[in-house]
Amino acid sequence: MTTGTDRRTFLQRVRDALGGFAVAGLLPAAARADTTRMQGAAARAYGTRSPHESSVRWLTPSRYPTSTASWTPLGDLAGSITPSALHFERHHGGVPGIDPALHRLLVHGLVTRPLTFSLADLRRFAVVQRQCFLECSGNSYREWQGPGGADVQQTHGLTSSSEWTGVPLRAVLEECGVSAQAGWVIAEGADGAAMTRSVPLAKCLDDVMLAYAQNGEPLRPEQGYPLRLLVPGFEGSISVKWLRRLKLSDRPVYSREETAKYTDLMPDGRAREFTFVMEAKSVITTPSPGQRLALGTGEIRGLAWSGRGCITRVEVTTDDGASWREARLHGPVLPMCHTRFSVPWRWDGAATVIASRCIDETDYVQPTREALRAVRGDHSFYHYNGIQRWRVDDDGGLRNV
Amino acid sequence: MSERRQLQWAPGIALVWMLGLSCPDAGAADDIRPTGLGKAAAAATIAAQDIAIGPRGTALPPGRGTVSEGAALYASKCAMCHGEQGHEGPDPALVGGQGSLASDSPLLTIGSYWPYATTVYDYIYRAMPFFQPGSLSPDDVYALTAHLLHTNGIVAADAVIDRTSLPAVSMPNRDGFIADPRPDLP
Repeated sequence: MTTGTDRRTFLQRVRDALGGFAVAGLLPAAARADTTRMQGAAARAYGTRSPHESSVRWLTPSRYPTSTASWTPLGDLAGSITPSALHFERHHGGVPGIDPALHRLLVHGLVTRPLTFSLADLRRFAVVQRQCFLECSGNSYREWQGPGGADVQQTHGLTSSSEWTGVPLRAVLEECGVSAQAGWVIAEGADGAAMTRSVPLAKCLDDVMLAYAQNGEPLRPEQGYPLRLLVPGFEGSISVKWLRRLKLSDRPVYSREETAKYTDLMPDGRAREFTFVMEAKSVITTPSPGQRLALGTGEIRGLAWSGRGCITRVEVTTDDGASWREARLHGPVLPMCHTRFSVPWRWDGAATVIASRCIDETDYVQPTREALRAVRGDHSFYHYNGIQRWRVDDDGGLRNV
Repeated sequence: MSERRQLQWAPGIALVWMLGLSCPDAGAADDIRPTGLGKAAAAATIAAQDIAIGPRGTALPPGRGTVSEGAALYASKCAMCHGEQGHEGPDPALVGGQGSLASDSPLLTIGSYWPYATTVYDYIYRAMPFFQPGSLSPDDVYALTAHLLHTNGIVAADAVIDRTSLPAVSMPNRDGFIADPRPDLP
């Protein structure tokens, strides 16, 4: 191995031979642009994006910065996976700073062996991984009454997709011995809201995960570090972050977050409770408001997803619904995961309206705003999944209509 | 349990997991249970952490509170965000709105919307006041719950709320919730 002294000597010899390194800042501008005539930057211990890239999450204006949401810039992204740093956030009491060495998960209630698990314990269980989306059930809430969000980030940015790694909850529950009377698992976070939701036991024994990693590295603090529940296909708030406790019960706890909130008020004054599944939804991300459409050859691109399984078909209209064309789905098409779609389009400069609609493996067809409102009225707030229309003006600008 | 046994066990759970997906990979199944992971949780550990209060109120702690005690606490701890009367804001209204749910301007409050009184205790104890979560004693929370139920016209001015009386409170919108009927569009 080369010692520090050896290395300095070597570098000095190179300088002597070459009359000095080419240093970007000392070169004329024209030479600076030619990246082949100099050494680039050194390797970095932890990477970051190009200084030319500046896309960021949009923060919901709030009196309380710790109880808010940040929205993924869907219009700036490619592919099906959301970068961890741009994954949307929604928290109710801020992001706790948790020491993973001290963190414990308690499993108790209707079990034969109440147990506490350290992170080290959980990492010794057989690992599982899967890609899936998380979507806040409040995503697109401003679209109920008509066009609301200014761009696709503000209309649809409370959905993101990641690869998650962890432990099947089933394995941990079976280690504790689930009693026959148990029907629900009450999950609690270690945040300032001690966020609490009740999850049906059948779902927990099916595909729920205790996730400790996202996109290959430990969870980001804002995604629940060091441990979160991951409930595929269900509204995001049930995937409780900073998970510290699971209580098995015969009934839901009816926490504030499943009574006062995350229930859906219908026109007759009754409200739907435990509306878990995120129904099929799609949106065109390119072109979309904030971008400018160029004349001639181009492509319409977007995302589709369904909490009930795989997306089987996406259709795109470029004439405000008079005709629909099937889009290409970019695989792998995975259940309960963002699916990228695209369709070529040559824009002739005429004003029009573009939109997408998706169909999932249950043959559910993404509805229009009018169809949703006809059944659910104006005040259900959550679970808006209507077809999103973008108006293309003749100057190439786009608007939410 | 040896490291070797741990590793042999891994594919078993992985296969069970993947069967739930639409495109499972093949894999050999070796199932070793139990794993022996985790530590037994003592009853005292559980009791100290169990703050989830369901409709039956079985995990409610000892203590009690009155409407007048709650009114004083509310004025000092809650009114700055929820308003002196509980409905002026700027944060969500806690009081009023009964009869409004089917109207053009529904007001969702404890009195008009929440199905269980136990939820009031559960939420205040775990999450309020917003800037000092976890700072209130059970007596404080019983008192605040009594005050909020009284201002919503649900309990009398002389009500005492404790682990026995709270689960017995009947909320106006108790029967206002229905199961998820989706898919629900024609």
